[in-house]
Amino acid sequence: MITTDILIIGAGPTGLFTVFEAGLLKLKCHLIDALPQPGGQCSEIYPKKPIYDIPAYPEILAGDLTDKLLEQCKQFEPGFTLGERAETIDKQDDGTFIVTTNKGTKHHAPVVAIAGGLGSFEPRKPLIDNIIDYEDKGIEYIIKDPEFYRNKRVVIAGGGDSALDWSIFLSDVASEVTLIHRRNEFRGHLDSVEKVQELKNQGKIELITPAEVVGVHGNGKIEAVTIKKGEDSFQKECDHFVPLFGLSPKLGPIANWGLEIEKNAIKVNNALDYQTNIPGIFAIGDVNTYPGKLKLILCGFHEATLMCQAAYQIINPGKRYVLKYTTVSGVDGFDGTRKEAPKAVVKAIE
Amino acid sequence: MEQDVTIKITDRDGNTHEVLAPTDMAMNLMEVVRSYELAPEGTIGVCGGMAMCASCQCYVKSNHELPEMQDDEEAMLSEAFYVKENSRLGCQLPISKEMEGLEVELAPES
Repeated sequence: MITTDILIIGAGPTGLFTVFEAGLLKLKCHLIDALPQPGGQCSEIYPKKPIYDIPAYPEILAGDLTDKLLEQCKQFEPGFTLGERAETIDKQDDGTFIVTTNKGTKHHAPVVAIAGGLGSFEPRKPLIDNIIDYEDKGIEYIIKDPEFYRNKRVVIAGGGDSALDWSIFLSDVASEVTLIHRRNEFRGHLDSVEKVQELKNQGKIELITPAEVVGVHGNGKIEAVTIKKGEDSFQKECDHFVPLFGLSPKLGPIANWGLEIEKNAIKVNNALDYQTNIPGIFAIGDVNTYPGKLKLILCGFHEATLMCQAAYQIINPGKRYVLKYTTVSGVDGFDGTRKEAPKAVVKAIE
Repeated sequence: MEQDVTIKITDRDGNTHEVLAPTDMAMNLMEVVRSYELAPEGTIGVCGGMAMCASCQCYVKSNHELPEMQDDEEAMLSEAFYVKENSRLGCQLPISKEMEGLEVELAPES
């Protein structure tokens, strides 16, 4: 069981900044995220896009913002459960919570802060009638372990970076890689596109475009896909079919936690401390809603800061505290480091 | 207001709404849909309007001349679902005077 002071669900900008603000109050944090890396949408969807409304940064790339937030909170040694989705929450008799992920990892904390953005990222599934029948029976939407495909015949569908990158990678692992895309053009890094072209010329990747997988077949396990190319339809035998059509966020299991939901977001107590209808559970950043709510990263930072003050009161009832300024007090990391402003030079003028 | 255009938007439940859209606020069609709450928050404009999610896909029903499709919109639509000949991404359609009388239908959520 992982224990912490504030369990943060969602490792996007708001979740990461929570670690820093909590750290100033000597509270430890642990983050759960369905994605395999921190940063949320910033790292998953638009790492190379600039953001212009982060205070003091006239322009910063979303990926760089993530890196800087990680650097800023590093000394507070956050724990991470990545690639797992928070599934259930159980309130204990003492008012604390146990959150369990889809992989069974348990986390125990007196305060839960949901910073889940638009939800956890779920793969977008192609519209093929019986596709569900073969999920995990040869159809995977996310490649977790490339070794799984060693010496197998793999059909990949999609036209973005992940389809290109995995086709390239698996061409050395699988016995056969077929890449299928609806157009001849791919939406990926130029060098990936060129590499696929090269592997195609070498016969290491079979490229079928413009085409689409329209059917899946098998007997308990996938055995073939139907490919439609123009007016022609044909079957192709395979051991695996991997549709890579990107991810779309869904509120997911959090919607069943007994929290008040409005407009696909979690309702909080206006702008007091962003507590939900369940005491001890807070919602901050894009995932919450209250009158006047704006879904902006900078608002998430503000909400995280206020939330941490309320979390402190729950964790340390009655214990006095006054807001301190980092310039004055410095920052004492949990890792033993200390940052502080240099002392002023005092010297007499003779 | 004279800077507004009238657009007919059919929501995902099949209801048609005639709305006024400003041409002077640098808004796009996706944002107009959101401003009138014609699709639930979180189901439209998910990527914020970068042509990276297709949650604002719509079908253009009228014969308006719209801005030509750029590479990123075309690429996104080539990966999206429920795509038809008249599919466009609302986030890539800035509201302009030429859109007066435009009729669109929101594509299903996917």
